[in-house]
Amino acid sequence: MADEDRDLIEILEEHNPVDMAKYINYVSAPQAGAIATFSGTTRDTFEGKTVLELRCEAYVPMAVRCIKSACQSARSSWNLMSIAAAHRLGPVPVGETSVFIAVSSVHRDDALDACKFLIDEIKASVPIWKKEVYTNGEVWKENKEFLERKSELEKGGRDEYRCCRKQLESKPNGHGCCGAKVKIDDGCNGDTREAE
Amino acid sequence: MDAVEGESKYYSTQGMPKKEEGSSVGIKVLFFARARDLTGLSDVRLEVPFGSTASDCLKELAVRFPGLEEIRQCIVLALNEEYASESTVIKENDELAIIPPISGG
Repeated sequence: MADEDRDLIEILEEHNPVDMAKYINYVSAPQAGAIATFSGTTRDTFEGKTVLELRCEAYVPMAVRCIKSACQSARSSWNLMSIAAAHRLGPVPVGETSVFIAVSSVHRDDALDACKFLIDEIKASVPIWKKEVYTNGEVWKENKEFLERKSELEKGGRDEYRCCRKQLESKPNGHGCCGAKVKIDDGCNGDTREAE
Repeated sequence: MDAVEGESKYYSTQGMPKKEEGSSVGIKVLFFARARDLTGLSDVRLEVPFGSTASDCLKELAVRFPGLEEIRQCIVLALNEEYASESTVIKENDELAIIPPISGG
């Protein structure tokens, strides 16, 4: 099975809660010793203001392409079995999940690191927006990860620049896009790691 | 747009036939989040002279929707679902998206 066939990406229409169990089940596999997940949920306050709910919207086809691109980048950096990523649209009440990522791998380091990479990547480059609704107003949020990536995105999607920048070079201390981790050589990975 | 008038040859980047000076291209522009709030529209058709860049389209949009000036410095552009440079030359039926600071996750 091709790598991308083991990735599940869903942008959920309004009023469809994120079914975390579904995505965990999706990435489960007998060979997978680890499943790492990240769930982003609506907080009840922001800078002292009471938050009623978030409202999410997306440029859906581009968001799916960008998440696919991020999954490919993750696969080029870590040894992964399967990836599931979901983002909810429309109102997301306090306490409910707006974004969920599940990653499976043979050993835990790959799944944990890739899971963090993927949520950072979604924050930086996937065209999804979130409005925070307070008791006394509302505001479109802005991810700092996007602002850090902006100059790269402005260079466009030609060849080396895509939604997720490909790993043309490694940035040892970089954070955000694909610079987060030096590419792993499949041939010498795994033997020295402890089993989960 | 002033940058292209007066030139006589235009070639698109993807092998479309050469067009005559004075012809125009029609594109669809998408507004999201704050950009949609400011324009009051989720999308609009835009006709610009052949050879126009994404930047030229933005200038035209700023004339039609002065409110966009507020976010001009913090937006990025996507052309046909890929992030694009403002210097990209647009083609007939392109889909240009105005991407205000994203906030997913």
